[in-house]
Amino acid sequence: MRRVTALLIVALLAVTLASFAVAPARGWWLPENASHFGARIDALFTEILWVVTVALVLTLGLLAWAVWRGRADGPRRPVHGSRRLEIVWTVAPGAVLVWLALSQFDEWAELRYASERPAGPVHARVVASQFDWHFVYPGRDGRLGTRDDLDAPYELVVPVGRDVVLELVARDVIHSFFVPALRVKQDVVPGLPTEIWFRVTRPGSFELACAELCGFGHYKMAGRVRALSDAECARYLAELEAEQRWNGGAR
Amino acid sequence: MSGQPGWLRRWVFSTDHKVIGIQFLVFGMLFFLFGGLLALAIRWQLAWPWSRVPLIGDALYPATGGALTPEAYTVLFTMHGTVMIFFVVLPLLTGAFGNYLVPLMIGARDMAFPRLNLLSFWLMVPAGALALCATFVASGGAAAGWTAYPPLSSIASAAPGSGAGQTLWLASLLLAGVASTLGALNYVTTIVKLRAEGLGFARLPLTIWGLGCAALVQLTALPVLTAGALLQLADRTLGTGFFTPAGLVVNQFAPEAAGHAVGGTPLLWQHLFWFYSHPAVYVMVLPAMGIVSDVLAVHGRKPVFGYRPMVVSMCAILVLGLLVWGHHMFVSGLDPAAGTLFMLSTLLIALPSSVKVFNWIATLWGARIRPTSAMLNAIGFVALFVIGGLSGLWLASTPVDIQLHDTALVVGHFHFIVFGGSVFAIFAGLHHWFPKMFGRALDERLGRIHFVGSFVLTACVFLLMHQLGLAGQPRRVADPYVYEGLRHLQPLNQFITWSAIALVAWQGFFVLNVVVTLSSRARAGRDPWQANTLEWQADSPPPHGNFAAPPRVVCGPYEYGLDGPGADHRPQSTVESGADPARAAAVPPG
Repeated sequence: MRRVTALLIVALLAVTLASFAVAPARGWWLPENASHFGARIDALFTEILWVVTVALVLTLGLLAWAVWRGRADGPRRPVHGSRRLEIVWTVAPGAVLVWLALSQFDEWAELRYASERPAGPVHARVVASQFDWHFVYPGRDGRLGTRDDLDAPYELVVPVGRDVVLELVARDVIHSFFVPALRVKQDVVPGLPTEIWFRVTRPGSFELACAELCGFGHYKMAGRVRALSDAECARYLAELEAEQRWNGGAR
Repeated sequence: MSGQPGWLRRWVFSTDHKVIGIQFLVFGMLFFLFGGLLALAIRWQLAWPWSRVPLIGDALYPATGGALTPEAYTVLFTMHGTVMIFFVVLPLLTGAFGNYLVPLMIGARDMAFPRLNLLSFWLMVPAGALALCATFVASGGAAAGWTAYPPLSSIASAAPGSGAGQTLWLASLLLAGVASTLGALNYVTTIVKLRAEGLGFARLPLTIWGLGCAALVQLTALPVLTAGALLQLADRTLGTGFFTPAGLVVNQFAPEAAGHAVGGTPLLWQHLFWFYSHPAVYVMVLPAMGIVSDVLAVHGRKPVFGYRPMVVSMCAILVLGLLVWGHHMFVSGLDPAAGTLFMLSTLLIALPSSVKVFNWIATLWGARIRPTSAMLNAIGFVALFVIGGLSGLWLASTPVDIQLHDTALVVGHFHFIVFGGSVFAIFAGLHHWFPKMFGRALDERLGRIHFVGSFVLTACVFLLMHQLGLAGQPRRVADPYVYEGLRHLQPLNQFITWSAIALVAWQGFFVLNVVVTLSSRARAGRDPWQANTLEWQADSPPPHGNFAAPPRVVCGPYEYGLDGPGADHRPQSTVESGADPARAAAVPPG
């Protein structure tokens, strides 16, 4: 039974490693990245993955080996500890953890600190409410909250290769703006308008999900972010404006 | 016999810590079954959305032909989390093991405040009943998640479950909070004041250290959540607006227009909630760590490696655990500078946990392992806890957490800690102390079958959730396949669901084991494992008052593997004979 348990631990280790090894080929992995800092988030993920892998092999390997050898009729060992070993396994993981923390600081600051916000106006306001996404573009005057604002449901259009700043606003409960391919997630909190920014690196249409429980319809609060070239983007906004003028909307 | 209290005073409203401990044990196990069934219904929906739920679907959801509704799904995961945390793992570890073991392991006759102890359990019973009401109330069960974020939870128009269901949920949480605070107060006082002669803090078993640290966490942080729950209750019933911002319109209802106060912020609740509910994870894991340390030493016939580092790391977890709550809020709108600090504290708390893992491995290194069911579950704890701990590193990293927050990866991560960790420790502890509690040892063969299946199936259920989360499957989504990018994950979800069904069914072996054992006549005796700590010197089960004479402690708890011709261990005290401890232990007691 003791050796069975040791083998179970080895099997657990093997299956855990295998589940990560086979995942990318099967799509059980981060979706293909499409934002400028997404690659850096993925790199940090991979960096931690290596730390996790080494620690996992080391600890589960030692554990399995100790269990495998631990015969009930082995020699008695009244050992209470070892100061030297304690120092080793406090300092070594401590150093790794501090290094890990330091290697995240810059990315986090660049992604979120207000001082790093790209200059320029807000591209669109994202309005979340049970259970849909709604987008407001500033229109010709470049300012939100004026009469020429343009409204669109479900799909947000952004230019490829340019910094995009979004203002997130919730009308009712908390939602979360999650675009997996862009590595973007930010809660949308009522009473707390929040800005986020990113740059899309390739054209495409990316799924937008709500990632904070917002009620029974939470599961269907889907949307899209479509990234277009500057010209296509301008054409889309012009069409939206024409449509709304026809409807008696924007002026 | 005329002086004996009646049946009711002895078994129902008893002040004996052992009876109360067993009451908590039964209470927790019944809710474990309930919470497990909720989990299966969740899993069924994720594997085969909107299809008829077998067995119970027709009874519970007749209107839809036995299939879940979106509302029902939100109730399921809300109550699964609530029940498993507040009514299963916390009552089992602190309520059952805490009550049963604290006086026995420190050589006391009972708790410092036996009547407070009685009150603590009898507040949990209505709390549990209210949780059941919150699940099944006709107007809609509580459905704002176990985290109950306002405004979803606090504005009744936000969801059907935000009506009476949420009020019942809050009432349940309040009672459970008061009950746990009373219990914690009792444990701390008892450990500080009622230790046997000679039992200094440096001789306390690690189980007691774990339970004591957990109780200190509760005393510090739980009143904050209780206060928060009162504030949310006030927002809902008195028209206050602690968590209600201005300008809200929820499902055509405007709180301002209805005369409610506004001007609060939803983030305040998140701070109050996580200030306890993150440390609650440590309340669920500190006693587990203590139990595992003791089981490894007794069944490995070797002292716990690094007793002092083990104690220091528990204290470090206690302190740091109070400073990491913000890692649940990296993408919540929290000031990013605060996020940086919380990342640092969160990565730091990995250190004491890793120190403990290395010390457990060192304890097993060269141990003379008796492969008892208790031992196997303790080893299983270490293996599964390592995985859960390591996958937490991704979530501690603020940039990576942007992608992984609120995905299935988080679900996989904390289930490795709470199920792979806490629950395996509970099974280790039950196998270890069952002879003390009931005078009979659980069957080893059934115990091994239960362990092997549970271990394998736990990995099958929770491992692949990491991959689901990487691929972007959010938590709490009733039908992930609404998203094109997640459709290919359905077979994975189906595999997890089959494994979860098997895992729940496999627990039948444990139930069978308990039934078989309790109906057998074989007696375990006082000290079936040749263990050192004080509880093994009392009868099995111990009588009221525990010890015939107050024990006098002569050594630490981990004198195992002693060289020489005699017994390989030295009990902390010899209560009855007072003779040479080594000789007394060589004679099978009882």
